[in-house]
Amino acid sequence: MTAYLLKRLAIAIATLVLASMVVFAVLEILPGDPARLMLGMNASADQVELLRNQMGLNAPLALRYLHWAGGLLSLDFGRSYTYSVPVIDLVRERLAVSLPLALIALALSTIIAIPVGLFSASRRGRAGDTISMGAAQLGVAVPNFWFALMLIYVFAVWLRLVPAGGFPGWSAGVWPALKSLLLPAVALALPQAAILARVTRSALIEVLNEDYIRTARAKGLPYRAVLWRHALRNAMIPVLTILGLQFAFLLAGTIIIENVFYLPGLGRLVFQAITQRDLIVVESVVMLLVAAVIAVNLLVDLSYAVVDPRLRSRQ
Amino acid sequence: MSLLDIENLSLTIGDTPILRGVELSVAPGEVMGLVGESGSGKSMTALTVMQLLPHAARATGRVTFDGIDILTASEDQMCALRGDDIGMVFQEPMTALNPVKTIGEQVAEGIRWHTKASRAEAEDRARKMLDRVGLPSAKFPMSRYPHELSGGQRQRVVIAIACALKPKLLIADEPTTALDVVLQAQILDLLRDLVAESRMGLLLISHDLAVVTEMADRITILRHGEVMEAGDTARTLSEQLHPYTRQLAQASMHVPARARPHGIETGRPLLQVEGVTRDYPGRRASPFKRAPTIRAVDDVSLSMAPGQSVALVGRSGCGKSTLARMILALDRPSSGTIRFRGEAITGKSQAELKPARRDMQVVFQDPYGSFDPRQKVEKLVAEPLHVLEKKPTRTERREMVAHALHEVGLGISDMDKYPHEFSGGQRQRLSIARAIITRPKLVVADEPVSALDVSIRAQILDLFAELNQKLGIAYLFITHDLTVARAITDEVLVMHDGKVVERGKTSEVLDHPQSEAAKALVTAAPDLHRAIAKRLREQG
Repeated sequence: MTAYLLKRLAIAIATLVLASMVVFAVLEILPGDPARLMLGMNASADQVELLRNQMGLNAPLALRYLHWAGGLLSLDFGRSYTYSVPVIDLVRERLAVSLPLALIALALSTIIAIPVGLFSASRRGRAGDTISMGAAQLGVAVPNFWFALMLIYVFAVWLRLVPAGGFPGWSAGVWPALKSLLLPAVALALPQAAILARVTRSALIEVLNEDYIRTARAKGLPYRAVLWRHALRNAMIPVLTILGLQFAFLLAGTIIIENVFYLPGLGRLVFQAITQRDLIVVESVVMLLVAAVIAVNLLVDLSYAVVDPRLRSRQ
Repeated sequence: MSLLDIENLSLTIGDTPILRGVELSVAPGEVMGLVGESGSGKSMTALTVMQLLPHAARATGRVTFDGIDILTASEDQMCALRGDDIGMVFQEPMTALNPVKTIGEQVAEGIRWHTKASRAEAEDRARKMLDRVGLPSAKFPMSRYPHELSGGQRQRVVIAIACALKPKLLIADEPTTALDVVLQAQILDLLRDLVAESRMGLLLISHDLAVVTEMADRITILRHGEVMEAGDTARTLSEQLHPYTRQLAQASMHVPARARPHGIETGRPLLQVEGVTRDYPGRRASPFKRAPTIRAVDDVSLSMAPGQSVALVGRSGCGKSTLARMILALDRPSSGTIRFRGEAITGKSQAELKPARRDMQVVFQDPYGSFDPRQKVEKLVAEPLHVLEKKPTRTERREMVAHALHEVGLGISDMDKYPHEFSGGQRQRLSIARAIITRPKLVVADEPVSALDVSIRAQILDLFAELNQKLGIAYLFITHDLTVARAITDEVLVMHDGKVVERGKTSEVLDHPQSEAAKALVTAAPDLHRAIAKRLREQG
């Protein structure tokens, strides 16, 4: 178990270092001079050169990488070129929206998907299975911005239960803030739930054909108990894999939904930073997301070991 | 008064009839043997009693267990019976246990479910049951997971689950088929003791006539879903009144006719294994310690003459398959050399091995798993041809495949079929065709008949014997089944813990084993003649 843990941890750290080099290198290669951008088209070459020196853009590549990477370790991401505030403050503010949104969406998707998967798998080929998997197919196919608009129309415009968009901030109170995250979370969660339900179903169907399911039935356990006690945990590995991938997507891939709902989240921050060539913000957010993805994958790897004892004793 | 009564049971799955008018009964304390070839409906009979049939199955007739009409019982009633009054043990111990739960949890689960006992009480009873089946707490704590146990130990856990609540009836469906003979004998002893202890009825399902004869008081022989013959084990098998019974009995004792092959040829031996050892790294106790080495094969030497047929026998895990892999150059020895036709094959590159590969081929145990289901027979059988010096043309290739198929008793028209269109026996013929297409000098066969029914198995053994005569192919048979060794080999090597502990002429070694390991194998091996004789003595 310790060996497994240490090995996974070492792999995670190595991946992180490698990813930071790639992120840094890619943004170096991309055209566009941030100093020129900050000063505008009318600035003279001397002024640009001066600013480049101030910003440390003329130092050798390796040195700048080390400086930047060292800063990351102490959570010093530098200052945004466009906003002229520390990037960390920007990110912190946006994470306060994106992280709760991602977590709520993930929780919703899991809560919907696993029971639907169980239901479908235990009624394989019957009407209930066909209907719920048809609905899942629809959920995968429908674009989430369209679905988001429908949600706004029904729940905000028509029923007036929740706001149609915007985010009041956590200072306005927990409930109002949560309320404004509810619709975007549902819009994000449903397509994810559809995918997860299909994965859960197929993993369960495979497990239900295993011999040990028959052994459990021969013990006198009713079908439902066998499903929950024996089948579900064995089907968890593919489900956890997909969950890990989905969390990463939910954290970063929400640009469209954040735009539909006017949410000041991380996705919109990156989007704006890219259009404004605010490289330092782009770099920082991308690194943050990379770190989050790696951390989640590490967590998923560890949870495999919790679920499956065979992985614990393997080297 | 019988415990279990099956009257005129018929079963269909979809539109396919599975059972027709089956009659069978088991009394308390009685062992009923249910024998038949694969597809005869043995397992379906058992699953009918458990009411664990597939959804599309429809059963008619009457099945009474302890006064309860099983076919009309509700699912709740059946849940109350299963695991409490009726226990069941399955064929495949490697997959019959849930890999993510400890053995203690799995044994205790049924106890808690049926008796509403507290966790501690249930665990206590589970512990006692595990002790009873031969898994003492010192070596096998309840916190063990199935993957930490061997096949025989897992089957003991399955038996503990099935017998935890002292069922009135135990159904054992091929409980020892996946185990080696020594483990088989131990498990059968355990079952016999459990029957005697609590007057449990045992429905023992097997394709192995010898096993059933040793165990069962009465026997029912099933074929194509119909009962062929039923009655006292000793009388049924000694008189063999029904032609099918006779056919089964003969097939299970079948010895192919072999003219004395090729004498012992002088000249250089075909295969020489000299002092071969294979070490594997074991499991590390901690990441900071060096892994201990596990010696799978320990200083083995052997020599085979051209055309000779040699058996490598031993219990599972004795290293026989590892040795075979090294002979086939699929694995490298840690030390020692292997020479094929006088040339060393150890330490050679894949390209240098090509000529040797042409002359040695392999037949595997599982005729289902060793073919790509999406390719046609022509391509599958022609696979080894890529080791030929000159690539054959399309027509040449077709001719060679046709010839190989003809030699194993299949037709030219089979060339354009897919593997799933063949039965198990035919598929094993295909894998033999694939092995002989390059005209090899040596064929290594790893348990080539153990997945086959007795009658098919007799035919395949005949085919091996015939090809040995006709083509002068030398065989290395890897098996734990001594009847195979006896039937078709001249010499036998007995392996134990990686070492060859005994060798000699097959009949001498098997009739007068010297080493402990060989003696254990011989005594444990079920033998139909011996079993019938013993039954007759017991029943007067």
